[in-house]
Amino acid sequence: MISIIDYKAGNLTSVERALKKLAIPCRITNDPSLILESERVIFPGVGAAGEAMKALKAGGLDRAIETFFRSGRPLLGICLGTQVILEFSRENSTPCLGLLPGEVVRFPNPHRDQRGGVLKIPHMGWNRVEWTRYHPLVRQIPSESHFYFVHSYYPVPMEETAVLGWTDYGRPFPSALAYKNLVALQFHPEKSGPPGLALLKSFSEWEGQDAD
Amino acid sequence: MLTKRIIPCLDVRDGKTTKGIKFKNNIDIGDPVEMARFYYEEGADELVFYDITASAEKRGIMIEVVRKVAEEIFIPFSVGGGIASLEDMREVLLAGAEKVSINSAAIKKPSLISEGAKAFGNQCIVLGMDVKKVSVAPSTPSGYEMVIHGGRTFTGIDALWWAQEAERLGAGEICLNSIDADGTQNGYEMELTPLISSHVSIPVIASGGAGVPDHLYQVLFRGKADAALIASMTHYGTYTIRQIKDYLKEREVPVRYLW
Repeated sequence: MISIIDYKAGNLTSVERALKKLAIPCRITNDPSLILESERVIFPGVGAAGEAMKALKAGGLDRAIETFFRSGRPLLGICLGTQVILEFSRENSTPCLGLLPGEVVRFPNPHRDQRGGVLKIPHMGWNRVEWTRYHPLVRQIPSESHFYFVHSYYPVPMEETAVLGWTDYGRPFPSALAYKNLVALQFHPEKSGPPGLALLKSFSEWEGQDAD
Repeated sequence: MLTKRIIPCLDVRDGKTTKGIKFKNNIDIGDPVEMARFYYEEGADELVFYDITASAEKRGIMIEVVRKVAEEIFIPFSVGGGIASLEDMREVLLAGAEKVSINSAAIKKPSLISEGAKAFGNQCIVLGMDVKKVSVAPSTPSGYEMVIHGGRTFTGIDALWWAQEAERLGAGEICLNSIDADGTQNGYEMELTPLISSHVSIPVIASGGAGVPDHLYQVLFRGKADAALIASMTHYGTYTIRQIKDYLKEREVPVRYLW
């Protein structure tokens, strides 16, 4: 059973619908004990880091997520879920869960491309992700596939070896991270058509080993 | 590089899709769920559903359509038409839409934009703008005026001012529809689109007038639009999404292919 963590941050039903389409059993829950007994956990979310951390702490979900991660079982972060997995977010200077060393930063304002054109923030729409290496979750997805993004902040892990995918928006930024039994995506696989669904399918079969 | 989005727009009345020519003589052309699936598989980047159901008691049909669409397609889609309150927004978003589009309700009550952005996030709130070219006047310095009721009623509000005001209030995106160009298939409004797009920092979707792939090239390249809405040119099978994207790609406009 996959648990989708509910902490009142955005629309969780889209992740649930995608898993249902793939016939993968799942439930949406805010109960730490249910999360801890799951085989896999998806940590989604849309919104601001400060509000998210407040809600996670209030529900005892911060400790549940950390304990689940330390157990070695597969954990998938999506968008805001990805950002709060790092140590610190510059969005409202928020200390985060710290499962992965690094921080979350904002695109510069104004943000320009190499020819000086202004790039709009948030980064919203479809962009390519270039995988850095072999990993079970992305094995069947061609590098440079397009995924759907909506965000103004992005994760910067302390160790570049934790970067699984890069995306170019004015400059290259880490759009997918992989660290032990954790994979964390800045884009939305549940809104990214066939490659996104393929990634969710791989997660449902992944045992949590990084192949490297 | 971020791609330019190609967005088919489906007008829905009483649960069926239609396509109006200048908002008159709408004809039924099919089931919205079927059409959504077709466009999803064809590589559309996003979809827009516009509910033109007249009677309030039939609004529930649209929510059911949204729910069914959300089970079938896994790209973002927005829903507009008749959304006038936070409760309307919540209903559509919970049914599975990624974004809601508000138009005349925001003109009547601008705080709807800020309240919606606060409750659901800026990225959920699309401002739909129906715009007509007018003479430059003290109330319309840009030469473009906001209209409602399908273009029949002038509001006295300047289009450029309203776009910037909506951004300030928290709109995440603008869907800019030229009433003059809508349904003509003669091309997008090529003065209005860059005017608005270069004066706001949120994405602008150009709408109204698409007839051939070159119209999209013009508005996405010269017109500075971030995305382009299409309807007739693909609804009736004149072009496929793939043909449009191939045309754009040959001209070095970044587009997304399925894999």
